[in-house]
Amino acid sequence: MLAIVAALGAGVLFGAGLGVAGMLNPAKVVGFLDIFGAWDPSLGFVMAGGILINAIGHYFVMKRGRPLFETSFSLPSLTSIDRPLVLGSIIFGIGWGLAGLCPGPVVASLLLSPLDMLPFLAALLAGSFLGRWLRAGA
Amino acid sequence: MIGGAALCLMLLNGRVMGMSGILSGLVSGGSDRAWRLAFVIGVVAGPLILVAFTQTSIVRQAVTSGPLFYVAAFLVGLGTAVGSGCTSGHGICGLSRLSVRSLVAVLAFMASAVVTVALLRFLG
Repeated sequence: MLAIVAALGAGVLFGAGLGVAGMLNPAKVVGFLDIFGAWDPSLGFVMAGGILINAIGHYFVMKRGRPLFETSFSLPSLTSIDRPLVLGSIIFGIGWGLAGLCPGPVVASLLLSPLDMLPFLAALLAGSFLGRWLRAGA
Repeated sequence: MIGGAALCLMLLNGRVMGMSGILSGLVSGGSDRAWRLAFVIGVVAGPLILVAFTQTSIVRQAVTSGPLFYVAAFLVGLGTAVGSGCTSGHGICGLSRLSVRSLVAVLAFMASAVVTVALLRFLG
């Protein structure tokens, strides 16, 4: 139960943080990616700050040996640099650049703008199903 | 706040805060859907709570519409599933864990996104 409440709280913090950062505005995200045009580097500082805070905290969290509400950490076990990782990431980047939306902001915008975000999420999940099917077959 | 959220999820639940993975785990079924659903509800509610507390609106300007909008959505879903992560999972969490795999993923999606935006600028 505590783990459920913790996940809810982390979600609220993440969703609100995306809003404060400006990540929910596709035009701002594309401005950050537009380094050969009217580049707006401000989101870079947001990301760098998030990574810095998380990296320092992560070091101390790992020293604890286990999380507070679960018995063990669930960390990604893969370390290999393979074709799916690179090709998938390139495909994701094309979609991100086209619409200025990545999965976090799509979910965070669902009730702010449901008329365009619900169909976007549906198409995203369709792509995700195909991706998992391809991976399972590979 | 974003870094803090990721840190909370790891400290309390021992989970990586990756939106694409949490979403796909939620819709594909499995034993641990409860915390994923709770996290997603939190992410949906977060901006609404922010708006209610600060009495400001969140600016959103779309950059695409029509078929291209859905092509983009499909590519985001496909790419994050095949590449096992997105901006939050590989970008915020992976880089914080000093994962080389995530660094490669971030460089790949940043590069392709920058090239896509540049192409749109020069073609459109």
